Amino acid sequence: MSENVGIVIVSHSSDVARGTADMVRQMVGPEVPLAWCGGNTEGGLGTSVAAVMQAIRDVWSKRGVAVLVDLGGAETNSEMAIEMLPAEMHGSVVVCNAPIVEGAVMAATEASGGSSLDAVRRAAEELYPR
Amino acid sequence: MSSRELTGPPLALAPFARVMGAVCETIDAHADELTELDRVIGDADHGLNMKRGFAAIEARMDALSAMPLSAAITESGKTLVMTVGGASGPLFGTLLMRFGTELGSGPLAQATAGVSPAPLPTRSQLARALQVALDAVKARGKAVRGQKTMIDVLEPVAQLLASSEPVTPAQISACASAAAQATVPMKAERGRASFLGERSVGHLDPGARSTELIIKAIVEVIEGE
Repeated sequence: MSENVGIVIVSHSSDVARGTADMVRQMVGPEVPLAWCGGNTEGGLGTSVAAVMQAIRDVWSKRGVAVLVDLGGAETNSEMAIEMLPAEMHGSVVVCNAPIVEGAVMAATEASGGSSLDAVRRAAEELYPR
Repeated sequence: MSSRELTGPPLALAPFARVMGAVCETIDAHADELTELDRVIGDADHGLNMKRGFAAIEARMDALSAMPLSAAITESGKTLVMTVGGASGPLFGTLLMRFGTELGSGPLAQATAGVSPAPLPTRSQLARALQVALDAVKARGKAVRGQKTMIDVLEPVAQLLASSEPVTPAQISACASAAAQATVPMKAERGRASFLGERSVGHLDPGARSTELIIKAIVEVIEGE
């Protein structure tokens, strides 16, 4: 299997993240590297930088990773996580400005066709027309 | 105005443990208030998140106190990033991380690196470090002054510290308090409160309040020295 862009789902809620990943998996099957995380270090609502870093590592390849987030803290913590990963990964991990569920599904569908990271991100972000 | 950089005598800054201990204590003491402010215009977790982060710093206090001051501050910032769990983590974490790194760099710090006991930072060094840290927070949060955030307290305090006028600890406290109150009529344009739009007007921003509390706690320790 040739590598596809990986997808990471980051929600304040582990239920939301897991459920979103289930939906993505059902849509695109095993062809797209997929990881999810949700909740803070105590298991409450929030996000954990360490968990995001691990999720990115789990799906990373040279093709890159698209990260889908819900509200503000998930975005800032994901950006922080990317900065704390090795420098060679920085340019190929992006946080998408898209709704988390729909964006993850769109991004994964695009990724399953072998598209570039840029195309994957655009597919997710077109859901928020400007 | 002289073009010489402001030097002046070092501020009578207490060791890290006394200052950070006071900060941890104030956050813990005001956690419910911060959560309540965040319930009104956020998602009701600012107090809980900050309490978690500063409790994590408190738990590492012995190890942190043994480090050079700049490293202790930087490491405290990293602790916040890894434990807070909300947007405040990267924001307050970046504030401390950049503040600490900046204090530990630069020609004066390099020149005195081997000196023991280490000289305390001068007002000028603190002002420069705070400005660098503030810029990093603005970049991290993609925000500027006037959007009803912690920046609305940090920026006036940074400007006061960087001015060429003499300044007392009490003036810094007063500046922080006034700046936090000034967020009340603002409309939130960043963060969860921005979802409320006009309804955020008339409420104190929780991030501004926690920033005020942190600054006042630091000033109180310095004043007491």
